[in-house]
Amino acid sequence: MSTALPVRNRPPVSLRPATAKDSSQDRQKQMIADHYEKLAHAKENGQKVVYTFVPGNLTELLQALDLLPVLPEINALQSGMRQKSAGYIAEAEKAGHSEDVCTYVKCDIGMLKSGNFGPTGTKLPEPDLLLLSYTGCFTFLKWFELLREEYKCPVVMLHVPYQPDGKISPEMREYVVNQLRDEVIPALEKLSGKKLDMDKLKEHLDLSRQAEDDLVKVWESAKHKPSPIDGYFGGVYYIGPIFTSFRGSQDAVEYYRELRAECEARILRNEGPQTPDGLMGEQRYRLVVEGPPNWTSFPDFWRMFAKEGAVVVASTYTRVGGLYDTGFRHDSSQPLETMADYCLGCYTNLGLPTRVDLLERYIREYEADGFLINSVKSCNSFSAGQLLMLRQLEQRTGVPGGFIESDLVDPRYFSKANIENRLQSYFQMIDARRLRVSA
Amino acid sequence: MTETTNQTGALPLPDRASQILAQARTMMDDLHLGPVQRWKAANPDGLAIGYMPVYVPRPLFEAIGCLPVTIFGGGDQVDIIRGDSYFQSYICHIPRSAIELGLNGHLNCLDGMVFPSLCDVIRNLGGMWKMLFPDRWSSYLDLPQNFALHLGGKFYGQELKRIARELHERGAKAYDPEALRQAMRNENRRRLAINVLDDLRRSEPWRLPASDLYVLLRAGGLMPALDHAELLEEFADAVRSRPARPFDNVRVVLVGAFCEQPPLDLIRTLEKSGCDIVDDDLQLGLRYIESAMDAEAADPLEALANAFIQFGAATASRYIGTAEKGAALLEKVKATKADGVVFAAASFCDPALLDQPMLEAALDRASVPFTSFKFSENTGQFQVIREQAGAFSDSVKLWGTVQ
Ligand code: SF4
Ligand code: SF4
Repeated sequence: MSTALPVRNRPPVSLRPATAKDSSQDRQKQMIADHYEKLAHAKENGQKVVYTFVPGNLTELLQALDLLPVLPEINALQSGMRQKSAGYIAEAEKAGHSEDVCTYVKCDIGMLKSGNFGPTGTKLPEPDLLLLSYTGCFTFLKWFELLREEYKCPVVMLHVPYQPDGKISPEMREYVVNQLRDEVIPALEKLSGKKLDMDKLKEHLDLSRQAEDDLVKVWESAKHKPSPIDGYFGGVYYIGPIFTSFRGSQDAVEYYRELRAECEARILRNEGPQTPDGLMGEQRYRLVVEGPPNWTSFPDFWRMFAKEGAVVVASTYTRVGGLYDTGFRHDSSQPLETMADYCLGCYTNLGLPTRVDLLERYIREYEADGFLINSVKSCNSFSAGQLLMLRQLEQRTGVPGGFIESDLVDPRYFSKANIENRLQSYFQMIDARRLRVSA
Repeated sequence: MTETTNQTGALPLPDRASQILAQARTMMDDLHLGPVQRWKAANPDGLAIGYMPVYVPRPLFEAIGCLPVTIFGGGDQVDIIRGDSYFQSYICHIPRSAIELGLNGHLNCLDGMVFPSLCDVIRNLGGMWKMLFPDRWSSYLDLPQNFALHLGGKFYGQELKRIARELHERGAKAYDPEALRQAMRNENRRRLAINVLDDLRRSEPWRLPASDLYVLLRAGGLMPALDHAELLEEFADAVRSRPARPFDNVRVVLVGAFCEQPPLDLIRTLEKSGCDIVDDDLQLGLRYIESAMDAEAADPLEALANAFIQFGAATASRYIGTAEKGAALLEKVKATKADGVVFAAASFCDPALLDQPMLEAALDRASVPFTSFKFSENTGQFQVIREQAGAFSDSVKLWGTVQ
């Protein structure tokens, strides 16, 4: 994208006061608080704790065995939002970790070395087991090798093959299913001290499907103009329950039902989504975004879009822990196979050509004016290849592409002025294209 | 280069070992893959299949009439003009130069490319390749991280069959178990020849410096296993009679340079700074399987897959499940009687750099001294590394540890 254009002086869009409060947000807050409360008392209640990752997580299985998950990535992003990550990263680098590697890992290691206080300020319980369900990124392997060194606890690993051509072969599925049956489930059963009750697992899988149906409706609501949601900044809140410990729970079903109803109500009122400073007003730009957000300056980052009237109608980051809008749903009639397909289908487990196809589809179906890549230094899984994705998408859709760089939780790589300048130029590019098209 | 007088006494000729080294160096520096082009001319029905580091099942390719060709990027010989525009500044160098070579037509003699599951960068490079070169065959090779024979081993066997099938559809020979057995025998012979040279560089590092061995092994990525084995065997005979005199150096294991390769001059800089590199993970692909493969097995394809599962080297891209992190490195230090370890990882190399703290901790616990630096394949300045390696070797020599 060109950055040579002069910064323009278009007034920011005015925000509107919210007409109805989103009660789903309160519900989610309560769910999170309850979960951390359970974690705080896990040891005294004799509950076993399993650390695991977001993409390809086996939440339904953990729930069926009454195991409590902790997600180190979520702790890292929360540390970023709470301005703790810089200190944690410094701590990890002091302990010998390279400045070149993923900052999520360093943030987590630094948090551990600083007492392991989680997002709510309470001390997190140590893991009884590390469940390395390893989807879409090689760093996960290293991360749990590192944690194993620290905690000296057992690890069980699920290797999920990559989908280079966007297709799940019978061999891939069989490999994952066999690992689940022969290694993962026995290890979890041993930890929990009970046999897996298949009916219970199926119930959780059914609950997952219900929540997934509603989440897809939420995503698709962005096809409406104005969009009632922001599918990136707002989207990261929407994925909270389903990507973490709550998928497969009644709470999650209710949360997504409520969220969907809120979106539908906003459509009826012709309202935009919540932003950090109120309801979004005029929607000047509909964008598709690729790549994770920055967490250390999250509200500022969001404001840069909101004040320009830029709403994100679809994003790929919100598909990293499950891609539901291409049709996948958990299917309780085939419990192990469906868990395998879920793990295999997470966004960064898809080959680059498939990722480009998906982005193209979003750009067209959501009638986007542009697409933007936020390339984060930490994450080669996302970032390697994004410059080619940019070219391909511009060629295929004719829609202007933008490229900005930041990081997930390392504030050293978030340059507010630089990003703001680039965004200004980018929005100007979209304006110029509009003029050309309408001339 | 050492020279001997020829029969007539008229013209000095280089000794045979030096000739072989010079030949290997020419092959290594030929970015247009001349040796591969010559192989194709001699084998008109054969396919040349490039692959990114580290490991691919080379005997399978040979068994179906393909030449597996290792692509290490352009090293310090290529100006990156287009490759840089495809990668952000915080991504390592090898994918840039691989793209540069591809776009410049340097790799045109290849009939396909394989991208093994080494790291996220190589993985995504595989996807980029498909988009940039849609008319050429390329494939991702998913290496298992589950090391149970009936799980990861089985899956890997299926991957091998898929690769053989896809290449057969593109003109390679059909899979034939006897051809695979022969290819495995050849690879075993090469492995043995490498072991002999490894032993020699450990017992007489002044006679066979790591930098020379490196050049010899780089050539192996461009030729069939049997030809390479014969070359190495001939070299082993020749080098023993080459005059050489011992140096008082410290013995080090070099770790972290398994994928993107440091410039040859960097390896020589370490040697000149007083380090005998008695073990390294440069050219790990040729050494990855640490034991002979069962070339006489009833099902050689299964044996090939199992060799990866059972005898694969402990490296950063391989998940270490139950074994202790760093145990394999400590074993190596002990076996090679090394005085210390030098970590040399490519800048921004996630696997190597994430692994390093765990290996360092293991060395610390065992009181093995180490030093570390980062490089890039096109690093041109070695002064800082020379000083650091020099200080390290002096310190180890004087005190047996780093002061
Ligand atoms: S590299 Fe990316 S996907 Fe992997 S752990 Fe880091 S942030 Fe997550
Ligand atoms: S140098 Fe490291 S990060 Fe780069 S491609 Fe090789 S293994 Fe991957």
